[in-house]
Amino acid sequence: MNINVKNLSKKFNNYSAVNNINFFLDKNKTLGLLGPNGCGKTTSIGMMLGLITPSSGEVLINNQNVNSASRNDLLSKMNFASPYIELPKKLTVKQNLEIYGRLYGVKNLKDRISEISEDLDLINFLNKKTGELSSGQKNRVSLAKSLINKPEVLFLDEPTASLDPDIGDFVRNYIEAYKKKNNITILLASHNMKEVERLCDTVIMMKKGEIVDRGTCKDLISKHGRDNLEDTFLKIARSNDGLV
Amino acid sequence: MDWYKIYGLSLRHVYLIKGSFPRILDLIYWPSIQVFLWGFISEFFTVNSTYYSNTVGVILTAAILYDFLFRSSISYNMMFLEEIWSRNFSNLFIAPIKISEIIAALTMTAIFRTLIGLVPAVLLAIPLFGVSIFKLGVPLIFLLTSLYIFGISLGLLVTAGLLRFGPSFENIAWASLFFLAPFGCIYYPIEILPESLQLIAKALPLVHIFEEMRNILINNTVNNLQIFKSVLISLIYFAIGVFVFYLAYYGAKKRGTLINIGE
Repeated sequence: MNINVKNLSKKFNNYSAVNNINFFLDKNKTLGLLGPNGCGKTTSIGMMLGLITPSSGEVLINNQNVNSASRNDLLSKMNFASPYIELPKKLTVKQNLEIYGRLYGVKNLKDRISEISEDLDLINFLNKKTGELSSGQKNRVSLAKSLINKPEVLFLDEPTASLDPDIGDFVRNYIEAYKKKNNITILLASHNMKEVERLCDTVIMMKKGEIVDRGTCKDLISKHGRDNLEDTFLKIARSNDGLV
Repeated sequence: MDWYKIYGLSLRHVYLIKGSFPRILDLIYWPSIQVFLWGFISEFFTVNSTYYSNTVGVILTAAILYDFLFRSSISYNMMFLEEIWSRNFSNLFIAPIKISEIIAALTMTAIFRTLIGLVPAVLLAIPLFGVSIFKLGVPLIFLLTSLYIFGISLGLLVTAGLLRFGPSFENIAWASLFFLAPFGCIYYPIEILPESLQLIAKALPLVHIFEEMRNILINNTVNNLQIFKSVLISLIYFAIGVFVFYLAYYGAKKRGTLINIGE
């Protein structure tokens, strides 16, 4: 599935959170959405998920508007994980996966839960309450929920935020391996530039609600004359004019 | 409507109740306390008042029916608040479920929560005070249905407020039922109210429900028109509740609050 964002804008009262952004993400590719805090990444993802109504423009997923009547068909092929959104803490991991499996209409749910639990190493705490888990465990459960329906489009918002390097590396390895094994389009918002370099085919840089640059990591690094993506990010984020 | 999904969403709350003894205790506690409290008040009336010939039965039945309304509405609000408190809101609204399925799941689970609390209280009233709401006979089914629809309607209006104003609307969720109680004529006939307030009261299904309850218990007759009115008015409130909920949902999407409502 591809994502086509056309002239997308969102205004909250007089504040322009996202201003006329355009991009196309081809199927089975991974796009990094980068930018400083408050640059409009979450609002953009919210609009792509159909959680926020755009002020103007549209989001087409496989040529279908995400806010159209067939929204549920699209949503059943999409999913989202973010450390800022949690699963009910008082339910066990297994119960949460069962519930979301049902909501996404997953058939052979028991088998799917076993499969994803094994892949993400959740077996030992499947019957533990989600609220009692460590950040790393919660993060893997959230990832398991986001993959329960074998999505064709996956939105990941800072998937390794607040994880120790070991678990962060586990999650990155897993996403990388999952990408290779499955046909999946991923939109990744992250502040971890090494993660973006490793996982993304192309990158979009946002600032003050606008796209200020785009390209492959290599192209952007060389265009801005820096050694790595982190320095490139800093150069763009700290430039005064906004647009590069 | 996909029952597979509705069942899945209902399970989320069933598991929560099953996994927490304090939660079950809390559900049972308040209705039981109501029975005790009103049972004793009623006994006092029996000795000191000649207003009702069967005071214990009438007042305690009214208390139980009112509690049924209270529980169904609060159950509905509580389940919605649970999603906000657990910061699960965005996960829910990006899942491929229709708003009508969310409403159906909450409505179904609310009756489950309500009955957990009410059944022990109803059974307790029989040996303790010799009062059984089953004396209302077949009309009891319609009175409870009407109360439940109205309770759910209030729940829908409050949850719409939560969508519109966020968790700060929580206190209204608790206060909504207490606010309506004086107009509901639960423990007294409508004639007690000033005439201007009687107009407001008649627009609520509660008056028709509780007037009919008293009619059955005191006069031993059934006024089908009164029962029909109560169900009809409740259904009108339910339709308004659904409409307002949809408005609040689309408003929340415009304001972008669905993505950060629990934060």
